[in-house]
Amino acid sequence: MPASGPPIGILAELTHRCPLQCPYCSNPADLLKSSSELNSKEWLNVFEQAADLGILQAHLSGGEPTVRRDLEQFIEYLDSRGIYTNLITAGVNLSEKRLNVLANCGLDHVQVSFQGARPETTELIGAYKNGHQKKLATAMSVRSAGLPLTINAPIHRHNIDEVPEFIDLAVELGAERLEIANVQYYGWAYLNRAALMPDIEAVHRQVDIVESAQASLKGILNIDFVVPDYYADYPKPCMGGWANDVLIVAPDGTVLPCHAAQTIDALDFDSVRKQSLQQIWQHSAALNKYRGFDWMEEPCRSCPRKELDFGGCRCQAYAITGRAEATDPACMISPDHKGLEQLATEFAHNPNFEFNYRRIKTRG
Amino acid sequence: MQQRAILTPSSKPIVPKHVHLQFDNLRGKWVVLAPESVFWPDEQSLEILKLCDGKTSVKAMIEHLAKQYAAPKSVIEPDVTEFLQEWSDKLLIRVI
Repeated sequence: MPASGPPIGILAELTHRCPLQCPYCSNPADLLKSSSELNSKEWLNVFEQAADLGILQAHLSGGEPTVRRDLEQFIEYLDSRGIYTNLITAGVNLSEKRLNVLANCGLDHVQVSFQGARPETTELIGAYKNGHQKKLATAMSVRSAGLPLTINAPIHRHNIDEVPEFIDLAVELGAERLEIANVQYYGWAYLNRAALMPDIEAVHRQVDIVESAQASLKGILNIDFVVPDYYADYPKPCMGGWANDVLIVAPDGTVLPCHAAQTIDALDFDSVRKQSLQQIWQHSAALNKYRGFDWMEEPCRSCPRKELDFGGCRCQAYAITGRAEATDPACMISPDHKGLEQLATEFAHNPNFEFNYRRIKTRG
Repeated sequence: MQQRAILTPSSKPIVPKHVHLQFDNLRGKWVVLAPESVFWPDEQSLEILKLCDGKTSVKAMIEHLAKQYAAPKSVIEPDVTEFLQEWSDKLLIRVI
């Protein structure tokens, strides 16, 4: 069905280039090279169209968005249109000086990722030397620039026991928000499931720790908890529904409903290089495919929870069952739920691993 | 370490710079834009938020709203206090 209203946010993946090589990156396994990225003029045009379309928030992401030297122009333009700007950065190549420039351009909020709460974990996961120290420095410059800070902590087997330290770190840095975000297994993370999956006991410990910290740090730190799908009872309301609230623009201008949507082979996504954002938002066959509720099958179709979770994640349904229309196997009502739990247990107890680090393939 | 702010009648709440309360022309309603979140305040919440200027005390807000809605202060007070404490806990308003 066509869009029922305008999108609230745009997630602009300005580039796939990134100094880090996290094995769970949300970018597709086929990373785009810089030569295919939209240029400054094209991005400004996207932001103008997005503002006209009615978006209220812009999440500037990547890859690492700060490798784009035109970031300042984008923030300045978005600010002039009254759009809330959020910079999502790894925080290893952002100087205090540039951060202050970005703040002066109108930047509203910064999210800095930490791969570990300990320097050695950050270095192992990101495969970037001295990354932790640089991230700490960036987080401190965010605060001294007077901007609110979110610490994003993607959680998996190798850092799940660092959750209490992540919480301490966020408090010490004066962050407003901490995302304890269990890795979502699509794209790179899907390739690395056996190396990343935590076991159920660790997940239970984590839930207790997070819930207790959420209570004790009320009014000091907001902790957002993204539960691990493979151990969940119900699916998450992925993106607030397919092409409902947010649109994603990939570095080459492809318009997506979520990071991982291109893993669904049968879908053909449109590009701002060929059509207007308005046309794509309204009429893209791929965006319309899983909008609303009409596409749903049982058990979703007659389930009252469909209003809460929109049937969960299409990409996960596709990755696990081979059918994007299926109920997200994260849901305990799904016939595939048991299989997902078994998979998680198998991966969690597989002690042999080697990371398949996120790297751009050397091919044409 | 920071402490949770507990509102009192003399507290003067303020919407911090990084939380934007603005009118959305396209949708014809007020919106609150905050880190990673968007809120659509109802009429009563909006009236309270507009008074969060860092100068008006909670006590003065209640008096103002009681007059505006021609309702007793005792009826207005719990709603206002609860709303402000909740928004303060979410760090969407600050207390001076």
